[in-house]
Amino acid sequence: MEQATLLGTHESTAIKLSINGKDHSLNVEPWVVLLDALREYLSLTGTKKGCDHGQCGACTVLINGKRINSCLTLAVMHEGDEITTIEGIGSSDNLHPLQQAFIDHDAFQCGYCTPGQICSAIGLLSENKVKTTADIRELMSGNLCRCGAYQNIVAAIKQVKGNIAE
Amino acid sequence: MNRFTFNKAGNIADAFSSQQQSDFSKFIAGGTNLLDLMKENVERPDHLTDINALPFQEIGMNEDGGLRLGALVTNADTAYHPEVEKRYPLISHAILAGASPQLRNKATNGGNLLQRTRCYYFYDTALPCNKRKPGSGCGALQGFNRIHAIFGTSDHCIATHPSDFCVALAALGARVNVTGPSGERTIEFEDFHRLPEDTPEKDTNLHPGELVTSIDLPEYGFHENYKYLKIRDRASYAFALVSVAAGLKINDGKIEDVRIALGGVAHKPWRNKEAENMLKGTTPEKSAFEQAADLILKDARGFGHNDFKIILAKRAIVKTLSEALNS
Repeated sequence: MEQATLLGTHESTAIKLSINGKDHSLNVEPWVVLLDALREYLSLTGTKKGCDHGQCGACTVLINGKRINSCLTLAVMHEGDEITTIEGIGSSDNLHPLQQAFIDHDAFQCGYCTPGQICSAIGLLSENKVKTTADIRELMSGNLCRCGAYQNIVAAIKQVKGNIAE
Repeated sequence: MNRFTFNKAGNIADAFSSQQQSDFSKFIAGGTNLLDLMKENVERPDHLTDINALPFQEIGMNEDGGLRLGALVTNADTAYHPEVEKRYPLISHAILAGASPQLRNKATNGGNLLQRTRCYYFYDTALPCNKRKPGSGCGALQGFNRIHAIFGTSDHCIATHPSDFCVALAALGARVNVTGPSGERTIEFEDFHRLPEDTPEKDTNLHPGELVTSIDLPEYGFHENYKYLKIRDRASYAFALVSVAAGLKINDGKIEDVRIALGGVAHKPWRNKEAENMLKGTTPEKSAFEQAADLILKDARGFGHNDFKIILAKRAIVKTLSEALNS
């Protein structure tokens, strides 16, 4: 490993991340994933850690408008990207339509998966591939809900998406 | 995750010089499989070279009328590309049958080819695995092998290749363009991945330090009669127990050309040209499809828990060809 230290960045480096329209400067080691940078380095704890392996979707954020798993990407790889987390979506007196729809349809129980579900649903709507309810189920399959609120999550997304077939 | 050093490569020369400084370095693009394996201590690189700035970002037409898929284009952008959807729907369907939207937004085409097996013995560092630790044995041979291979296995490894995309690429007869410190070359898709034999630690025939730059699709994409069927334990977001990519070209009521590739059954996408040749020139009908399936499965061997895949694959081939015919 002695040789390896000569190769490049081994210790923490200063990076700048643009999150929810605001620049954040932080020092991270190269092995820090974006999820941990958000939660542990920037105290943006809205994004949740579930499985930490890209299987549950609790860590879903938007990078340049596209939904991804923040647990499976390195923070140092996202300088220059526009990162959107749940903290950047709506506010308590001005909810995003999806947030309101989740309330209207009781689309959660414990709420731990909800930030990931909402970020994923925002990505889903902007991808514009949904034609049926079955499409919503298929294209939300990267987000697990251990409380099993799936019916209501689908209903909430359907409300925002508008007229779609079964 | 072990500690490592990190460089961003600004160009191809940068990427090679960064990579060559250590024998235990890796390239990183989407990183969805590599970082997962690093968190499990299955992969332990001491240096990563970020290749996301390299110029492999486009999907474009080739002079021969085929399509070139850049290695750094994401799986999602490939699946939803208008030319891919129109001319190579088998590719779109296969990609969209795999992973989740979040992963497809990050995972790249090159990375999809290079993803590692999901064999549970490979993933568990407390257990033997010749692929992860050569010489340690194969836990799956005498262990739980429900998800494992029925074709092309060896006493050293019965793991499967997990990709859906690659099954469709094998069916179409794609080619993989690579570049390395000693120059560029093109690898036929069937020669890209390896069978395990006695070196299961090698998944592909890439030379050390080589990078996938693009994937070339042939001019004809079987867009009229095609089907990708994926059979798995749940309806979405699971790896294939058996998958079949099929394309038929029908001319004057006869099969002019046919492709059948299987996933979830071998260390690489499994294609049997003898069965394809048997079908060429015949009338497309169920009995012919059954004969082809029998011929393909003649070489299959189960290991106990995965014996069901033999009959499942046979039925899946017939169903896929029938649905391709009627698509």
